Amino acid sequence: MTPIFQVTRRDFLAQLGIGAGALVLGTSLPGISAAAVNAQPNPSAAALGYFVSLSPDGAVNIICHRMEMGQGINTSVPQIIADEMEADWSRVTVSLGKADARYGDQSTGGSASIRKFFTHIRQMGAIARDMLEQAAANRWKVEKSAVKAQQHFVVNTKTGEKIAFGDLAADAAKLPVPNADWVKLKSANEFKLIGKDVKLIGHQDIVQGKAVYAQDIQLPGMLIASIERPPVVGGKVKKFDATEAKKVAGVVDVIKLKDRPLPVDARPVSGVAVLATNTWAAIEGRKKLKVEWDLGSNADHNSATYKQALTEKVQQPGKVVRGKGKIDDHQYNPERTVEAVYTMPYHHHMSMETPAATAIIKDGKCTVWTGTQTPQWGKGLILGELGLDPQKDGDKVEVNTTLMGGAFGRKGKNDFTLEAVELAKVTGKPVKVIWSREDDVRHGFYHSIAANYCKAEINEKKSADFWVQRVAHPPIGWTFDGKSDIPADMLLQQGFADIPFVLNNFSCEVQPAPAHVRIGWFRAVQNLHNAFALSCFVDELAVKAGISTRQMWLNLLGEDRIIDPRKEGFTGWTNYDQLNDDHAVDTRRMKQVINTVADKAKIEQKLPAGEAWGIAYSNSFNSYSAAATKVRVKDKKVEVLEMHTAIDCGLAITPDRVRSQMEGAMIMGLSIALSSQITIKNGAIEQSNFHDYPVSRMPEVPPLHVHLIPSNHAPGGVGEPGLPAVIPSIINAIYHASGIRIRDLPAKNVLTV
Amino acid sequence: MQLTINGQQHTVPDSEGSTPLLWVLRDHLGLVGAKYGCGVAQCGACTVHVNGSPVRSCVTPASAVVGQQVTTIEGLAASVGKTDGRLHALQEAWIEHDVAQCGYCQAGQIMSAAALLKNNPKPTDADIDNALAGNLCRCGTYIRIRKAIHAAAARLNERAAS
Repeated sequence: MTPIFQVTRRDFLAQLGIGAGALVLGTSLPGISAAAVNAQPNPSAAALGYFVSLSPDGAVNIICHRMEMGQGINTSVPQIIADEMEADWSRVTVSLGKADARYGDQSTGGSASIRKFFTHIRQMGAIARDMLEQAAANRWKVEKSAVKAQQHFVVNTKTGEKIAFGDLAADAAKLPVPNADWVKLKSANEFKLIGKDVKLIGHQDIVQGKAVYAQDIQLPGMLIASIERPPVVGGKVKKFDATEAKKVAGVVDVIKLKDRPLPVDARPVSGVAVLATNTWAAIEGRKKLKVEWDLGSNADHNSATYKQALTEKVQQPGKVVRGKGKIDDHQYNPERTVEAVYTMPYHHHMSMETPAATAIIKDGKCTVWTGTQTPQWGKGLILGELGLDPQKDGDKVEVNTTLMGGAFGRKGKNDFTLEAVELAKVTGKPVKVIWSREDDVRHGFYHSIAANYCKAEINEKKSADFWVQRVAHPPIGWTFDGKSDIPADMLLQQGFADIPFVLNNFSCEVQPAPAHVRIGWFRAVQNLHNAFALSCFVDELAVKAGISTRQMWLNLLGEDRIIDPRKEGFTGWTNYDQLNDDHAVDTRRMKQVINTVADKAKIEQKLPAGEAWGIAYSNSFNSYSAAATKVRVKDKKVEVLEMHTAIDCGLAITPDRVRSQMEGAMIMGLSIALSSQITIKNGAIEQSNFHDYPVSRMPEVPPLHVHLIPSNHAPGGVGEPGLPAVIPSIINAIYHASGIRIRDLPAKNVLTV
Repeated sequence: MQLTINGQQHTVPDSEGSTPLLWVLRDHLGLVGAKYGCGVAQCGACTVHVNGSPVRSCVTPASAVVGQQVTTIEGLAASVGKTDGRLHALQEAWIEHDVAQCGYCQAGQIMSAAALLKNNPKPTDADIDNALAGNLCRCGTYIRIRKAIHAAAARLNERAAS
C-alpha cells in the first residue's frame, strides 16, 4: 500500500506550483471559474491527507494525480474522492498533480486509472472523511461511531447537531492521517456521485480558451526551440550550416543536440535546434538550416516490402505461445477451411496538440511544465539526464503537468520534455520546445505494422475444432533494448494468445520481426490488429459455414465460463495485471455485448442492395466491447451510414465519459479502417500532416449509438477497449455490402472512401 | 502596426507583419485560446474571426488584419454583449451537452460555429457539416458539437423571437 503523508502548508502550495512566481500561464484573463482545473485553494486551506484540502469557507480542492488527455479522469478521480468524503460536489475544485511518488502510480495508460486504482482513490476520499468525523467527534466529545459525514457536514447521529466541513477544517488537519487500509469505504448503495453523471471539470475554461496546455506555457525571457531531427531513427548529424538560420530576426542561437546511441528508449533522437525569442522566428529559422545526415542502418527500411515479408513469415510455423491438442498432422478439408492473412499499417496518434514542453534550470533546480502521461517516469529520466541521484536529488527536479490536447499513448514518452531540459541546460535560459505537426508525424512512436494469419476448419456443429493463428509485428520492446523482435507476453495477450474460444486443437504462434522505427503504445495497442484479424476471420468462417456472424461468435464462445489461458500454456498471461476473481474473463459477458449490439442495431433487418451490417467483438483492459456498422457500397465507393458500440466496463464511474470514449473510438476507428496509414520509404516516414494522414472529419461521421451495459462488476478500462472492434465491424460490413473482402488496411487502397 | 483584437487596440512591431496572426496572438499578446494544430489551415484549431468571418490564423499574416476587427475565443462572448463572465449561447450549449474531451480543438470549433450561426440562424446537419468540415477533432466529439450547435441555434432563435 502506498504510504499516505500529511503535507505541510508549504508543501501543499508548492504542489500547486504556486511557489513558482515566474510562471505566467499565457493568459491574463481574470476569474478562474468554479470547478476550474488548476484552481488554487484558499491559502488557509487545510490538508486532509495528500489529495484533499479544505478551506474554512468549505471550499474543497482535490488533486487529480492521474493525467488528463481527454478521457475525463480530472472529473472521475475527484468524483470518487468527493463521494467517499461526502463532499458537496458544487464546492469542489480540482488541481493537476505534479510528478510525485507519494501519490502512488501516475502512469496514465493501459486504461488503468480506475480499473487498477479505484480502491486507492476511494481511500483518499475516505481518509478526508474520517479526519473530519474524528474532528467533530472530538468537539462533541463522543465516539466517532456516533457521528457521520453527510454532504459537507458532520452530523451527530444522536442529537442531530451538525457542523459544516469548513468549520472542522483546522481541527481535522491537526489530526494524524489514518492508515488508508483502515478507513471504512462506502458500500455501493451509499454512492452519491460514483455512477452518476456530473458536469465535466474544467469545461468552462475549455470553451473560453482559458484551459492551459503544454503549448500555452510562457515564462519571462524564454526561448522557443524548433528542432530538425534525423529523418531516420539511428541517424546522426554529420554537419550543419546555421549561417542563414541565424540571420532570421528573432533567432538567438542554433544548437546541435547531443548524439544519442541506439537503443533510442524514450529519449530524444538528437538533431539541431533553432532557438528564438518567438515561435515563428524559430520555425522560419529552421527552414533556413542546412543539415547533412548520416542516416544509419535503418535507412534501408521500406514498409511496403516489410509488410510483404511479414505476410510471408506468418504463413510459416512459429514459436508456440499457447496451444492444445494436435494440429500438425491434421488434414484440413478445403471445403470447410478458411485461411487468411490480415495486415495493418503503422499508425500515428495524431493528437490535436503536438508535443511541447518548457524547462528552466535555475539555482541547481530544474523545473518543467509538460503534458505527459507518465510524469514520474519523466522525472526519473530528467534526473538521469542531469546526472542527479534519484534517491537523494528528487527535490532538484520538479515536473508540473498540464492538460494534454490529446495523447492516445504518444505522450507516454517524455522525449520532448528531455529536449527542453537539454536545451535549458545548454542555454541557461527557460526553453520551450514546440513540435510542428510535421515533426509529430515524422518522429513519433508508431503503432506497429502487423500481419496476422488465421486458419481454421469448420466442424459439423458450425464451430471449429482445428485452429492456427500467428502474428508478426515489430515489438515495443525494441524501442527500449534495440534487440527485441518477439512481442512481450503483455502484448501477446492483447487479443491474440488470449482467444476465448472452445477449441480442442489449436495453436497460437509468433514469428520474429525486427523494428526499424520507434514502436510505441497506441490506443488499445496490439488489440488493434489482433481484433481486426480475429473479427474478420470469424466473419469469414460464418460466411463459409452459411450462418450469421453473430451465431458463429456464439458457437465459438460456447458455454458460459471463465477463461484462463495459463491453463493452456500461456504462462505469461496476466489479464492486464488483474489476476483476481473480480476481473475474471467471462464468456457470458462477451456474448452479452455481442447480442446487445446486434439487437440494438437490428442487424438482421432487411436492407436495400448494396447496404449491409458488419459486427465485431473485442475484450481488452478488463472490459468487453462489440461494434456494429452499417455501410453502403456503390460503384466501389464506401459510405458509412450508422455505427453502434456496446460496452460492459463493469461499474461506470462517470457514465457519460464512457459514452464519449465510445463515440471517439468509433470516429477514430473510421479513419483507421478507411483512410489513414503511415508508410516508410528509405527509413523515413512519408506522411507529414493531416492531408496525407487523414483523420475523420465531421461530414464523414454517421449517427453513433452507445449501449452501456449496466454492471456491478469491478471497473474495467474505458479509454482503449472501445476502439478495436470498430475497425473490423466496418470491414465486415463492406464485405457483406459488396462482396469485397479487405484483408489489408486501410480500405482506401482498394475502394473510394 | 495597430491590430484590433477583441475590441482593443494593440501595437505590434511592423517587423512582425508577415508573422501569422496565430503567433502574434499567442506569443506577443498572450492570447493562447487559438491553438496550433497543423500550421497549414488543415485542422481549424487556430480559427478566429476577422470582421465576423472565420479565418485560419495560422496562415493569415498579421499585416492582413490591420484595420480589421479580430475576435478570438477570449472575446467571443463579449462580442455578442455577454460580459462579466457570461457566456455565448454556443459556449453554454457546449457545457450543457458535455461536448469536450481533451478540449484542444474546441475554441476553433466554437469560433467556426459562431460564424455559421451569424449567417444561418437555423442550420441543418448538412449546413453544420459544411461549416465545420475544416475543424478537426481527434477525440471524436463531432456528434455532440452538432447537437450543441442546434441547441444554441434554438436558444438564440427563442431569444430573438421574444
